[in-house]
Amino acid sequence: MATKTIAEINEKIRRGEAVVLTADQAAAMAKEQGVKAVAQQVDVVTTGTFGPMCSSGAFLNFGHSDPPIKMSRVHLNDVPAYAGIAAVDAYLGATELSDGRPEYGGAHVLEELLRGKAVRLRATAYGTDCYPRSQIESDIRLADINEAFLFNPRNAYQNYGAAVNSSSRTLRTYMGTLLPKFGNVNYSTSGCLSPLLNDPYLRTIGIGTKLFLGGAQGYVAWNGTQHNPSRPRNEHGIPVGGAATLSLIGDLKAMSPDFFRAAYFDGYGASLFLGVGIPIPVLDEDLARCVAVTDHDIQTTLFDYGVAERNRPSLGTYSYGELKSGQILLNGKKIRTAPLSSQKKALVIAKQLKGWIEQGDFLLSEAVAPLPQQATLHALNSKDEVK
Amino acid sequence: MKRERVTLRFSPDAYDKAITYHLVRDYGLVVNILRAEITPGQQGNLLLDLEGEPADITAALSYLSSEGIKVTPSERQIVIDKDSCVDCGACTAVCFSQALLIRAPEWDLAFDPDRCIACGLCLSACPVRAIHSKFSDPIEEAPPADEA
Repeated sequence: MATKTIAEINEKIRRGEAVVLTADQAAAMAKEQGVKAVAQQVDVVTTGTFGPMCSSGAFLNFGHSDPPIKMSRVHLNDVPAYAGIAAVDAYLGATELSDGRPEYGGAHVLEELLRGKAVRLRATAYGTDCYPRSQIESDIRLADINEAFLFNPRNAYQNYGAAVNSSSRTLRTYMGTLLPKFGNVNYSTSGCLSPLLNDPYLRTIGIGTKLFLGGAQGYVAWNGTQHNPSRPRNEHGIPVGGAATLSLIGDLKAMSPDFFRAAYFDGYGASLFLGVGIPIPVLDEDLARCVAVTDHDIQTTLFDYGVAERNRPSLGTYSYGELKSGQILLNGKKIRTAPLSSQKKALVIAKQLKGWIEQGDFLLSEAVAPLPQQATLHALNSKDEVK
Repeated sequence: MKRERVTLRFSPDAYDKAITYHLVRDYGLVVNILRAEITPGQQGNLLLDLEGEPADITAALSYLSSEGIKVTPSERQIVIDKDSCVDCGACTAVCFSQALLIRAPEWDLAFDPDRCIACGLCLSACPVRAIHSKFSDPIEEAPPADEA
């Protein structure tokens, strides 16, 4: 069996000789020439996804004023940021909403900063001997503040359930608008291009893995919140529903609005469309089989959002081949399907990452530590719940 | 035979006219009302499919103008800002008439104005607010009947 190491692949990248394919190209090659050919001839497969990722936000350091202030309440364009850390550090979450402006949240502030626009900073403080100032107002720009880095607790979900609505009213959700009486099905994935679906057991993705984040280079910081790799898998090793997740970190200043877009889901709130791409080194035939995955090999569970419970009823499993065809059959009835994650942008990301590697601008990294291989979710019970 | 989709905008003093009656009787058109919206004292908007001989449609449109009604072709019902659009597909979920479609292999959002009934559901379904409707816009300049 042909085997390679990441060091050997990096040597080929440096020499400009690495063979890099996007995940859809790898799947097509495996179909025509077989998995062995992919293992022997391909060094790296690039993936991509561009979907709404609510669990995102940025740490910002504004620099010190004179006299200095230990900010305790911070607003950026009237969107509250968390300031319960050191004096001029704050965390602005993507889904935090503006105090007054409708349809505007943390993600919108971050996008405006990224586009070079001035953002109004308002901060108040209780005043201390070392930080006497009690309030400040200023217009800040991304280039003028010390640091701005994304630190996202949960991105790049490995698969995600599709959504439908059995109830008699329209539901406005983070899975988009769900029309009553099974009017439509929404799904959110880039399917065969999706990063964690091309390495389903996370053999090559761990803490420290370098990746594409928002148009710049970023890293895996930790496993993501709600990391659930113990989810049941199909015959291809693909979890049938939301499973592994990643916590990602990267320099906001280096990112691009092409891969970073504020979103507002009607009736739900703000979110962030974020581009993520991970290179998968084809170390052996097992990984070649993984990157050869097609939309028909990946299934997800369809959940009824008409039932407002933690464990929404499952209405069956569907492959992304079916979901991406534009309609599925449920109880003998055709239902239209729609994506929420941009397939077009996902491919642009996979191609851009491929280009970086081919040009020698992006070397692969060994993971510093693996991500947990076993973990399940804990539920939250309210105080008055009968056990 | 030809079919044309148009929006009619009535000024406050024109919305009591029996327009559809005249379109049917005087110009022999098949009229299908797709959407109607009337703001009392302000304006009325009507989305119509007109079917008939090309010459009759042209004559009917000039009659409407002479009555002080502003006629807009259906292409201008919704406008998609392609710079803002990220081709996610969320709008296609609510588009019953399938005027908005996103399909393999390109996954580019496609808009077919002939299918659009200006229902407006896509406006709020778009997470980046890239879709705008002209249907409910105020009348820009309502020309007096004798100048039209």
